[in-house]
Amino acid sequence: MKRFLLFTSLLFFASLLLFLSSCKTGSSDSQKGISRSTISGAGATFPYPYYNIVFRDFMRINEGITVNYGAMGSGGGIRSLRDRSVDFGASDAFMTDKELETMNGEVIHIATCLGGVVMAYTLEGVDSLRLTGPLISDIFLGKVKKWNDPRITSINPGVPLPNLDITPVYRSDGSGTTFNFSEYLSVVSPEWNRVMGKGKALKWEAGIAAKGNPGVAGIVQQTEGAIGYIGSEYALTLNLKTAKLKNRTGRFVEATLETISAAANVDLPDDMRATITDSADPNAYPISLFTWILLYKDQQYGNRTKEEAMELLDLLLYMLSPPGQKVAAQINYAPLPEQGLEKNYRLLQGLHYGGEPLFDGLTSTDDAGARALEGGEADNDGEGR
Amino acid sequence: MKDKLFRFVLFFAALMILLLSAGIIYSLVSRSLDTFNEYGVWGFISNAEWDPRKATEEYGALSFIVGTLYTAFFALLICIPFSLSVALFNGEYFKGTKVASAVSSVVDLLAGIPSIVFGLWGFYSVRPIVIALGVNAQGFGIFLSSIVLAIMIIPYASSLSTEFISMVPNNMKEGAYSLGATRLEVIRRISFPTASSGIVAAYILALGRALGETMAVTMLIGNTDRIPSGLRGTGNTMASVIANQFGEADGLKLSSLIAIGLILFIITAIINLIAKMVMKRLSKV
Repeated sequence: MKRFLLFTSLLFFASLLLFLSSCKTGSSDSQKGISRSTISGAGATFPYPYYNIVFRDFMRINEGITVNYGAMGSGGGIRSLRDRSVDFGASDAFMTDKELETMNGEVIHIATCLGGVVMAYTLEGVDSLRLTGPLISDIFLGKVKKWNDPRITSINPGVPLPNLDITPVYRSDGSGTTFNFSEYLSVVSPEWNRVMGKGKALKWEAGIAAKGNPGVAGIVQQTEGAIGYIGSEYALTLNLKTAKLKNRTGRFVEATLETISAAANVDLPDDMRATITDSADPNAYPISLFTWILLYKDQQYGNRTKEEAMELLDLLLYMLSPPGQKVAAQINYAPLPEQGLEKNYRLLQGLHYGGEPLFDGLTSTDDAGARALEGGEADNDGEGR
Repeated sequence: MKDKLFRFVLFFAALMILLLSAGIIYSLVSRSLDTFNEYGVWGFISNAEWDPRKATEEYGALSFIVGTLYTAFFALLICIPFSLSVALFNGEYFKGTKVASAVSSVVDLLAGIPSIVFGLWGFYSVRPIVIALGVNAQGFGIFLSSIVLAIMIIPYASSLSTEFISMVPNNMKEGAYSLGATRLEVIRRISFPTASSGIVAAYILALGRALGETMAVTMLIGNTDRIPSGLRGTGNTMASVIANQFGEADGLKLSSLIAIGLILFIITAIINLIAKMVMKRLSKV
């Protein structure tokens, strides 16, 4: 009895202690890094895998700097930037003029990479499939029900399409992928625009749903006759069979990093707030999109120092530099084309710290990359001493 | 002194459980208030619309309540012949033998398999069979999830039923045998009627378990936000819609999902209460 008593009370106090100590650990981490500075950001989940790796590389070069990124969704990123609780926000949708007015300060958009939405399908014996936007719209509206529907066979001559039900697969969770998919269909199909509209979550007419890119990909891969939309970064990594889509110039284009990048080969606005869905470039894949990092043009706010602002600039320059963009391509995010990079650099030239410009404007990409690396090494020296 | 300390520890632990349950109910109610204010309690429960688009936002729980009851009761129906056979095997025919204990430990093992493993098994192994049976083109839906659910709840139904069947007094059965009853007659006229309320309670508990099952159902039901068109159709249960849509939800949608959680909580609580009452009535007899 005595032992039992001792044991129970010990267990009780141990758990109490564990509970209390777990509440406290948050503060001990920040204490050891006195010489360490932190860049924090929050926002979109779509570029998270890319940011994860590029930030890690940046931290490896600049040992004194930590970059934290919270993948909380684009809306959350914008809110956090507005509260100035983060140094930069990240979003898959650019901010409208109206939204920008609420930010209490001028915000600039720096595009970091491109992505797309691909149509993955599983059909035995069909290795190449062509689809058009209006056809995808009708499939997901439940109007085209069979794979051998004349509308599909007429644009796929010689392809053995079976007499099989089409199973459309969509996202059950709210998702930027759904937003981009529905935005494209709203552009190319008036009926879709009227019945479904665009949004992160929709009221679907046909098909079945699964959670996340992995869920949709899993069902599509395992189900004969299924077709689903998946983020290109995920689908290209898995090497899924994807449909060629008809772009605005009438060509059927396969989704690759090159064709997604090509979608940005149009006249981009100087502030980089551009929709490249259904791009006019002849090589462009039609469901392509930018993802942006958002930051304040005037970096002097709160108790920000000029050094902190410079570190953030270095981070952005590193992401735009050849090594930064190469990492993007390695994990299947499409790198920015030349014109986009130039516009980004011009925007960064406008960055200032209370009127004092931060970036002297090296427009050549190689120089910028070298500069970012140099800056990093200088920081290392500083900490060494 | 030590006695007092021990009492304090026990008292504290018991109180914590009560406080925790109260806290769960409080947070469910307070966070679902927005939804109930917007649509009214009955308006929310009886509306089958689930439209998350900002322009035409409208939320109702009916399609998920129907989906939940549909899968749970169909699963219960499938599970009855299997679990009852196991219960008779273990509690009557091979009572106390090594075979019975082997069977019962294997059945109990089913209860220990994580839900997601059942989900994967349903996805990769049962679904092709459902497609081959021609239920529907892609296999997902009420039918598939009910089959997998049925297997998941067998241990809950059978172990308690076994208990009650083996508790039937021997002298009653022996009396029946001495009057010339066959074994089947003894089971039908003596064992089942005597153990009936216990067996019913076992199935009610199994039903409660089926209602709340989340992971496996989410993987198999098709996740469409509509009233299922029938056994062949796809749908969503209350638990699976929460699992699917909670992550990115905010505002009224988040509140509606929590309201669905509250309704599920109440339904399972009522079912457990009924099972308890049935068992209490039995113990009085």
